[in-house]
Amino acid sequence: MSRTFGTALRLTLLSWAMFGLGYPLLEVGINQLAFPGAANGSLVRVNGQVVGSRLIEQRFTGDGWFHGRPSAVHMNPRLSGGSNLGPSSVRLARHLAARRARLVARHPYLAGRQLPADMITSSGSGLDPDITPANAYLQAPWVARARGLPLAMVRHLVARHIRGPWLGLFGQARVDVLSLNLGLKRIIARARHARMAP
Amino acid sequence: MSQAAFWQIVLELLAAGALSVPFGHYLARVFQDQKTLLDPILDPIDDLIYRLIGRDVVSQAMDWKGYAVNMLLTNLLMGLLIYVILSWQGHLPGNPLHFPDVDPFLAFNTAASFITNTNWQNYGGGSTLSLFSQMAAITFPMFTSAATGFVVAIAFFRALAPARDKGYKLGNFYRDFVRVLTRVFLLPCLFITPILVWAGSPETLTGMVTAHLIQGGVQHIPMGPVADLEVIKHFGTNGGGFFNANSAHPFENPTPLSNIIETLLMMVTPMALVITFGRMVGNRKLARVMYSIMASMLVVALFIAVIAEQRGTPLLAHVGLMQHAGGGQMGGNMVGKEVRFGITQSAIFDTVSTAFTTGAVNSTLDSYTPLGGMVSLVQMMLNCVFGGKGVGVLNFLMYGVFAVFIAGLMVGRTPEFLGKKIEKREIVLASLALLIHPLIILIPTAWSLMAPYGAHSLGNSGSHGLSEVLYAFTSAAANNGSAFAGLNGNTPWYNVSLGLVMLFGRYASIIFMLAIAGSLAAKPSVQETIGTLKTDTALFGGFWFATIVVVGALTFFPGLVLGPIAEFFALYAHHALSGVVR
Repeated sequence: MSRTFGTALRLTLLSWAMFGLGYPLLEVGINQLAFPGAANGSLVRVNGQVVGSRLIEQRFTGDGWFHGRPSAVHMNPRLSGGSNLGPSSVRLARHLAARRARLVARHPYLAGRQLPADMITSSGSGLDPDITPANAYLQAPWVARARGLPLAMVRHLVARHIRGPWLGLFGQARVDVLSLNLGLKRIIARARHARMAP
Repeated sequence: MSQAAFWQIVLELLAAGALSVPFGHYLARVFQDQKTLLDPILDPIDDLIYRLIGRDVVSQAMDWKGYAVNMLLTNLLMGLLIYVILSWQGHLPGNPLHFPDVDPFLAFNTAASFITNTNWQNYGGGSTLSLFSQMAAITFPMFTSAATGFVVAIAFFRALAPARDKGYKLGNFYRDFVRVLTRVFLLPCLFITPILVWAGSPETLTGMVTAHLIQGGVQHIPMGPVADLEVIKHFGTNGGGFFNANSAHPFENPTPLSNIIETLLMMVTPMALVITFGRMVGNRKLARVMYSIMASMLVVALFIAVIAEQRGTPLLAHVGLMQHAGGGQMGGNMVGKEVRFGITQSAIFDTVSTAFTTGAVNSTLDSYTPLGGMVSLVQMMLNCVFGGKGVGVLNFLMYGVFAVFIAGLMVGRTPEFLGKKIEKREIVLASLALLIHPLIILIPTAWSLMAPYGAHSLGNSGSHGLSEVLYAFTSAAANNGSAFAGLNGNTPWYNVSLGLVMLFGRYASIIFMLAIAGSLAAKPSVQETIGTLKTDTALFGGFWFATIVVVGALTFFPGLVLGPIAEFFALYAHHALSGVVR
């Protein structure tokens, strides 16, 4: 028995060293060399400064930007998670109705319209970086008005940022809000530049 | 159901099925000590490991008791190691965010959870554990707990194999364990991790990055060695996430492609093990019958879940959300789901995850529609819709022993299974294995609901609150690990009770099944005669399926009626009535 105990102990320590340390550290080494961008969190830099991760939702407020989905964790990546409210939850019904009312109060053209499902529901991670194309198009009028841009131009911007499902089938068409807003920023800079030129 | 949803289900099932066949044959070769292509690379590695852990112990054949004792001993040592690492993580290196030691209740729950392949998480991944703990106390048992379930199944298969010259021996636990680790898990994990990283999953030793956001303010983004954990989390049907949101978190599951890779990883080994069973016991027709029953149950579950989630709920329609897909949005119940997966990839993932008892989720099950959530609950109650690594097929065989016994009584023949007589001892052991599952689910559920310290943790009220508790104990007993996560499980009561349920659910049924294996292995094979009840026919398959459904339904139906079914009717009735009033 003491002999098998020794074997069990050595197996425990050996497999711990192999799979608890060796395997993760080896993968870190390989992937830091092979895919440094993705391995370090797909960070987005503007003028050398990290402005966020392409994969992590960040908060946009005001009419001048496209907005991501509501978040049950206030877009805090240190938490992450959904509301976990059940399908018949009264609190869920109240949250959704309140979010809808806030949207309609700011943008009366939404009154009485059916909204895309992702517009006022919170995501599973609370960090969902994407919105649906329908959601983005619905936001285009207020962004265009606030920025003084032609609506067609903003809609074109949205269209350029749509990523289809994988192989045209798996998953869902989506628009990454951070890239979309960075694209918007570039358009505005260009427009300003064009106005200033003679 | 849309065409796109239909084809996503069908193509993913076909892909998993196509992978499982050659993989199952490969596994059979590995555990029957036949030659495989990888031998020249892996034989020297295995030899080295055997030498390090004790070659003489590795070369002994074990009877069922020896196998069980060594399995328990190894698991106990590993569990203690995990407990110690978690309890001292504040004093250990690799803790860039300076997380404190994990408290004893939570450390017990987590150690029990990961050593039993459950991966129930009462801690918030990204906000509790150091990077060292994530590697040394989480990634490590993901390999070993999966290997444990795996080798037990292999030992059981050996007991039923014909023409064995080893008497009642089941093989050597240590040898099987090492071979699973090196020949089954190691290479796929090494090669699939870079694919996930390429898709966007981080793999770094940086604990956190601070971003200065576009509109001002900062965001602290935790990361770490995520991708390597993700691969074994799914391949070993483990399910414990690096982050709180599990596979819904964009770092754990960045794209639809990564979602499909993770789904297939969950499915392939439990499916392959059925084929391995057929080869090892020398009856591939029986394996085909079993495979067909399990696959049919899975297909039904997938379709119900996807359709239920796509239909949405009256509550969502009432607040003016689009419920039908089209026009650049997906409709349906998007509460707790991610846009990149939409309804279909979310429902497929969570359904597969509860069928194969992985327990990873890419959308919050607590917010699923009553029927969509019930699908997951029922699959864990049956615990044999392919099921987890090894234990799923064992549970299915346990139902098979019952089916043989009942059918034998009905037609007045001696029950036989694969040429072995099923007698009193086997039936008693199988009954114990069967009964322990409802006992450790229903009694703690009732206790929690009656006690103030239990009911206080509920995140939702009414039927849904009952579902939350029922789900928690079902998930723990089935060693699944998914949750209706509104329930706050991080209290002394739930940490201890769920921890104990996980340990019982795991080891009690494994020991009973090994005991059956030992008893069957010792019996001489009976010659098949014209009077033998054939078990490898579609007719008997139907009977087997009926046994599973009847036994499962009788045991759990009352709980389901009080939980999801009541909620379903309440939800629709409430909105129908309030519509009339307005």
